[in-house]
Amino acid sequence: MEPRRVVITGMGAVSPFGQGSEIFYDSLVKGRSGIICHPDLASMEGVRSMVAGKVKNIDPMIIPRKFRRSMSDMSVYSVLACQEALSMAGIFPENYSNDNMGIVLGSTINSIDTFVNFFNDYFVNKNMENMRSTTFFKLMNHSCAFNVSQVFGLKGRVIAPSAACSTGCQTVGIGYEMIAFGKQDYMLCGGADEYHPFTTMSFDLINAASTSYNGSPSKTPRPFDRDRDGMVCSEGCGILLLETLESAKKRGAEILSEVIGFASTANPENIANPSAESLIECMKKALSDANISPHDVDYVNAHATGTIQGDIEESRAIYSVFGGGVPVSSLKGHIGHTMAASGSLELIASIHMLRKKEVIPTLNLENIDDLCKIVNFVQSLEKKEIKCVLKNNFALGGVNSCLIIRSCEHD
Amino acid sequence: MTDDEIIDTINRALVKEFELDKKKMLSDAHLFDTLELDSLDMVDMVIVLENAFKFKITEEKEIREIRTLGDIHNFVIKKSNEIRKGS
Repeated sequence: MEPRRVVITGMGAVSPFGQGSEIFYDSLVKGRSGIICHPDLASMEGVRSMVAGKVKNIDPMIIPRKFRRSMSDMSVYSVLACQEALSMAGIFPENYSNDNMGIVLGSTINSIDTFVNFFNDYFVNKNMENMRSTTFFKLMNHSCAFNVSQVFGLKGRVIAPSAACSTGCQTVGIGYEMIAFGKQDYMLCGGADEYHPFTTMSFDLINAASTSYNGSPSKTPRPFDRDRDGMVCSEGCGILLLETLESAKKRGAEILSEVIGFASTANPENIANPSAESLIECMKKALSDANISPHDVDYVNAHATGTIQGDIEESRAIYSVFGGGVPVSSLKGHIGHTMAASGSLELIASIHMLRKKEVIPTLNLENIDDLCKIVNFVQSLEKKEIKCVLKNNFALGGVNSCLIIRSCEHD
Repeated sequence: MTDDEIIDTINRALVKEFELDKKKMLSDAHLFDTLELDSLDMVDMVIVLENAFKFKITEEKEIREIRTLGDIHNFVIKKSNEIRKGS
């Protein structure tokens, strides 16, 4: 079977800037930071990193209680983002057959807040009489995915892969392949995570979290910058609605971009440190999957979290594949690392860039690190026609993923 | 606690837990059909009532026969009276 062409017709975002992909993109263009000094971190003994990105200005109460009762925050973010994506695509329950619409949506870890509440009863109170019937539903590994499927009545595949920081990119790739090979007609794809200080503390412990900017949170993280000192953990959800080109044309839907290539590879050498060689392999596989050459790519949206070693390795890898000409930027300077959501949220921003013919610079990149200087970093908002974007995501556990999108040319 | 106070306590606890419309809190309101609760909510309802009245009802067979809000009122009033007489 000849693979079907797959396009994106809807997207939805919940981010530290609030609810909505337009608010998200507008804040990025304006160079805003979603990073704050987190009071729970500041009051904790032994914690060096006190900065985080937290979702704000959302209203969970618009979700009926019947559905909301089984949701932790990350499922709430997911439902709000899916609502926006479906609405943007013009797909409503009354006008589509939901038999062949599925979802592939994952998170890095379960809801820590829900676990904390449970273990407070278990260890501290030694009393289970307050445990609610829906606690387990909030903690199941596919909590975000099944909650969305319940709210929107999806009857297709409900899949919840988890690959930490690679999740958001992998899920779009998985959805793309399912549609391309005729297994599903519509797929909601993305990643979601809710913030808990546990994540920051974990990265702090392995010397990967930013610690020097607690008094000036908007100055960190600083991907590729000489004075970067680590990542900032954040939260949110990014969702993309994928369908076939044929279906989008038939519905008269506005096509936001086309997915043309995907690769995911493992680096079995180290669970915490990415290697340029492994990243190179993944990007090359994605280019091969898309059947394009490196010079066809007009912009690379980097994973770059602001860690010392990770940014150097990614710079080396990008240079090796593309040379020093292709524009590169990371959006984590604005929003921090939204973990499982980062791939899909940053892909949404990349689609906006592609459509608005501009490239957003890396926030806080003031002095490029000499060891990263080999590639072409965007340092101010550039008006530029970009038709093809490669999106990188690299995760703890040695999971790499790359996705390639382009402007849709279907005539 | 008078019967009216018991009814008021029950209604307030259930309105808060299940975000119910106060106007629908009538004694003939069917828990599933009118208040749109379901089997998971019934599990949580027992927890809410136990916390509100500080007695155990999880193992009570009569709980399974409850259909309306009035059935809950009557069950809790009866249970409270039994406890009061017992003590």
